[in-house]
Order: sequence, then structure tokens, then C-alpha cells
Amino acid sequence: MTPEEGIFLAELCAERAGLKIDAEKAYLIENRLGPLARREGYGAVSELLEVLRGRADERLLTACVEAMAPNETVFFRDRAVFDHLWRKVTPELARRRSDGVVRIWSAGCASGQEIYSLAMLQAEQAAPGKIELFASDLSERQLERARLGVYSSFEVQRGLSARRLVRHFENRDDHFQLAKPLRQAVRWRRVNLLDDLTPLGAFDIVLCRNVLGALTPAARARAMERLASVVASDGVLVLGVNEEVAAEGFLPETAARGVFRRASEIRAAA
Amino acid sequence: MKTCLVVDDSRVVRKVARRLLEDLGFAVAEAADGLEGLAWCRAMMPDLVLLDAAMPLMSGLDFLRRLRLEPGGRAPKVIFCSAETHLDRIREALDAGAAEYIIKPFDGDIVAEKLALAGVA
Repeated sequence: MTPEEGIFLAELCAERAGLKIDAEKAYLIENRLGPLARREGYGAVSELLEVLRGRADERLLTACVEAMAPNETVFFRDRAVFDHLWRKVTPELARRRSDGVVRIWSAGCASGQEIYSLAMLQAEQAAPGKIELFASDLSERQLERARLGVYSSFEVQRGLSARRLVRHFENRDDHFQLAKPLRQAVRWRRVNLLDDLTPLGAFDIVLCRNVLGALTPAARARAMERLASVVASDGVLVLGVNEEVAAEGFLPETAARGVFRRASEIRAAA
Repeated sequence: MKTCLVVDDSRVVRKVARRLLEDLGFAVAEAADGLEGLAWCRAMMPDLVLLDAAMPLMSGLDFLRRLRLEPGGRAPKVIFCSAETHLDRIREALDAGAAEYIIKPFDGDIVAEKLALAGVA
């Protein structure tokens, strides 16, 4: 891959999805784009990029950007966060809702482990109200994978106890598939976090964990603003445990790192 | 220091497991089969057993069932290790008293993760 091809890719990803791609990290680019290049019949990533630079193939450009999006996720990542959300935040919010419905959105869900962790909790423990689970990703391919809910033995051993594995999964050849009722408990949608998100409605809990760090500073600020615009007035925004909220009006919860509550709600409760 | 007994007929697996567990702060003993493992446990019951499923003389499941009948044998957390991915086999190990199940091959991250899930990290 030439330096020019790396720069072309970095500019393409930044422009379309706000992704921060280091043009010099050839191994990362090869790793992410290699499968796409092979599927499309190119012998190497540099061939794919050369073709893309030469002609505006919208389908291929989109697939290229989507393939560069972050896709690292595990079941029950940072278990304390899930405990806090499920035992404290969700029951509190359910009590406040006249219809008892709590809407939860996993933004940038990748292969779906985060929203499925919540679906498992919902199946295991009587929910305090009615929980609606939504998940989105920039990549149609990731969404397709998440909808199928099929994971390798490596993936099901990261964060997932053996008891949960036998309870919620079925064998699918040498992989494991999440049981159908849990897969059907989630609604999926392709969403670019830089777009206007308000048509999605308001959410009581928005999880966007370890996603914003992959964006350029300008895109990160814009995505944060967009996410904040759909968090209910007494809702919470959940980021990665080492991420800080950069939107007005959110304060960190002391009980779990990465969980931020709307400041207006904290003032009202005081 | 917490103690771990690695019961596996493969010398290579025992060596790898020893290194991973020592890195995680355990004092490690090794047994090459279930009978040797039970003898270790009678002499000094470990906090943790990393147990291979398929061994000569005594299977991992048989070892686990016999361990639980020994005085103090209900105490150690047992992590069952097998290349077997059928959920019925995993369920069988859990029903016999395994705290966790590792699908082979494993690495340090998976062992650390499973120890945390089993509450022995």
C-alpha cells in the first residue's frame, strides 16, 4: 500500500463517518480491508484502493468505510457497569415512566455482544418494567452478523460465564448461536452517529462504549452532541470506563465508571 | 498465596498452564492423571483445580465427582478444560460441580477471564 493510498483512505473515512484512521498503520488497514478486498476479487488491499481512487463506486466506497469502523466488543464488558445499569438505573427509570417502559440503545454495537448482554439479564431476572432494546452500527455487515447472533468459541469465552453459555446459546456447527427469543428481543438499525439522531426518539439509556475514541476530534464532538440530544431528560449516557463525557449537562455516577447522568436530573433529585 | 493444581496428561499443556497461573499469582502443582491428582488433593487441598477432560485412567468428570466426595473436596473451584464444544458436555461438567469451563485451546486472557468469572482471580 502506498502512502497516497493510505491518505486517500484516511480522508475518505474521516469525511464520511468521522473515523480517525492513521494512514501509516498499514497492518490495521490490511487487517480491516483484507476480507473486503478478497470478497470483491482483488488480489491485495492496495489494488482495491487503487480502483477506488480511480472511480466513484459508491457501493464499494461505503463498504470500505464500514469495514474500517471499530468492531471490538465483548459480552458483559466491565461487569460493574452492567450490574449498576440493571440493578439501579433501569428499575429507577421504570418506576418513573407512566407506562413502565425503559428504552435502551446500544450505539455502535458491532457484533452485538453488549445489547445481548442486556437481553440475557432481561431473560434471567424479572425486569422492573418493560425493556425495549435497540442496537445500531455504521456497518450493515456488522449488523447482519449481530442479528444472526453466531459467535466463535473464542468470543463466547470473553466475558460470558459457562452457565450463561449453556442457558442462552445453541450449538451451530463449531460456533454458538444465541437463542431466538433473545435475538428477537432486539431491534436493529444502521445509524451514522454524525447524522441527526432525533428521528430515533428519546432513549432512557444510551450506551456508546469505546466507539467515540475511534473518531476525529471534530467528529467526536459532533457525535457526542448528537447522542446527548436523544438521552431522556432523566436518562443516562454510558461510555467506556476510561472515556469522559464531552457534552454539557452530564455528570458522572459515582457507583460505576463511564456512566453519566443528566445534570438537570441530579439537580432535581437534590 | 492461592494454590492451583493442574491435572492434565499433556506435559506441554501443564507447562503452559503453570506459566499462566504463576503469572496470575498462584502456587502451582501438577498431576499427570486423575489418580495422581486425587493424591495431591488428599495431601493438600488446593484453592483451584484446572482440570483436563480427556485423560487416561480416569476422565476429568470422574476425577471431579470423586474429588467432591473427599473430605474438604467441595472447596476447590474447578475449571474444566476441553476441546469439546457441545453444550450438553459443558452442562454435564457444570452439573458435576465445575465452576467454569474453558474450551481448548486457551490463552492467558481466557484463563484470567474464567478465573474472574469463577471468583478466584
